Amino acid sequence: MTAEQNVLSLTNIHKAFGGVVAIQDFSLNLKAGEVVALVGDNGAGKSTLIKIVSGVYTPTSGSIELDGEETSFSDASSARSKGIEVVYQDLALADQQPVFMNMFLGRELTKPPFGLLDKDRMRRESQELVDELDVRIPSASSTISQLSGGQRQGIAIARATHWASKLILLDEPTAALGVAETARVEDLIENLKKKNLAILIISHSLDQVFRLSDRICVLRRGQQIGIRETAKTDKNEIVSMITGVA
Amino acid sequence: MTRVTSRLNGLDFQQAVVYFGFLAIFLFFAVTLYDDGFLTQRNLTNIVLQTAPATIMAIGLVFALSAGEIDLSFGSIVAVSALSCAVILQDYPLPFGVAVGLGVGMGIGAFNGVLIAYLKLPSFLVTLATMGLFAGIARSMTDLRSIPVMNDTFTGIFGSGKLFSVPSLVIWTVIGVAVGHLIYRHTRFGAHVLATGDNPRAAQVSGIKVPRVRLYVMMICGGCAGLAGLLYAGRLQAAKYTLGESDLMTVIAAVIVGGTALNGGKGSVIGALLGSLLMGMLNNGLILMNLKVSDQMIVRGLIILVAVALSLRDSNR
Repeated sequence: MTAEQNVLSLTNIHKAFGGVVAIQDFSLNLKAGEVVALVGDNGAGKSTLIKIVSGVYTPTSGSIELDGEETSFSDASSARSKGIEVVYQDLALADQQPVFMNMFLGRELTKPPFGLLDKDRMRRESQELVDELDVRIPSASSTISQLSGGQRQGIAIARATHWASKLILLDEPTAALGVAETARVEDLIENLKKKNLAILIISHSLDQVFRLSDRICVLRRGQQIGIRETAKTDKNEIVSMITGVA
Repeated sequence: MTRVTSRLNGLDFQQAVVYFGFLAIFLFFAVTLYDDGFLTQRNLTNIVLQTAPATIMAIGLVFALSAGEIDLSFGSIVAVSALSCAVILQDYPLPFGVAVGLGVGMGIGAFNGVLIAYLKLPSFLVTLATMGLFAGIARSMTDLRSIPVMNDTFTGIFGSGKLFSVPSLVIWTVIGVAVGHLIYRHTRFGAHVLATGDNPRAAQVSGIKVPRVRLYVMMICGGCAGLAGLLYAGRLQAAKYTLGESDLMTVIAAVIVGGTALNGGKGSVIGALLGSLLMGMLNNGLILMNLKVSDQMIVRGLIILVAVALSLRDSNR
């Protein structure tokens, strides 16, 4: 794979629910190691788009290509098996279970001969992963409910990193976090770039978008208003694109 | 070292209650009822034998509660299973009776499960209704008559028999707890049960088939109740519609005291065993104290209240 090849190519994506058009003619290319931010007002269609890319919704028309190959997802599991992971705003963690069980939720490791859970290996691999990403938690055996919001989001992102081979979708990853915790999670996202994954992030915080992203894609009422390189634009331009007020 | 500390962290207050409660009540009866023979091997064995059906029911209930569901109908399932088995055993050989008894239990569990998992009805209401429904069916099946079980092999295996001088009911308890614990703690299914009860949406987006997990836990609960029915029928050498009727409260209390969360995501099969033995010990001790039945009920109710309050204290934060 050359560095220039697109990990994800969305072409003329269109999604309607009955007569209501949610996404109109959306096209976007994402390269490995690139962070693209998706911004727009409430109801602009950001979440719908994330759900299309993660396999929850099927687009009414348009094509999705992964590594240059046309693909379609029957459900979220099929998108996951193709290397796409989502980090949800509400984390999707099982609070009363230990970190390592969450890391392997739905994909638990087993060992022969009886197919019993290989907890030692899950614990060890989880520990390596959180160490590598510098998510500071007491231990991989800690229960999620003992952790802070930032630590939890760290676990959710570490989990996505572990399983994603191509693309990570981050849906408002810091919406529920305090200032210091947000900074930690942003560091974590910076680290992900080095792993050569493509990252699509939804955020309401323009400051954050400008800190993290390489490009910014603006949606308004289901329409793609434009894509800007972060280095060559400023907040005023993005805000006027979001609101439609020049 | 990290593993030792994590194990210690894992042993939280709710789990500890059952161990300490068990020990405290055991010691209390051991001292106060020493002269009444509480500590004799015969009496202690008796406690285990008498609690065997309740323990098996409790194991099933651990699965249902851990997945965020509840089963109130298991008492009725016990009666229907035991009666079905006893009726079949009158004309057919043992394997048929056992298969029908267990099959009826799992079948009713599946009936509950389909309503809960696929029609998305709340398990509390579904099983409240089926509790009454199957209690009625149990009564009408044999016109309130009890059905004797004459099959000696059956009463041996499921009741009064012994293997290497270990009573069969003890063996059933040990097997039930061992298998239940293994599935609960050491299989992917067990992990999915806990995840489903903990956070169904997280389980769903992680690729766990949540409805199927819900169906299976109800079937496990029904199957365990079916087995409990066979154990009753084997021990009493008869089946009657009243079997299992009075176990609902005891079993729920045993499971909760044993550290299983009422709202899912957390539990223990070993804890349920201890909880069940604790309830059995309580029954036994109060009888040995020569309390009137009414007084026994009052004292037992109060002690269960204290135990449940203690074991839930932590989660009410």
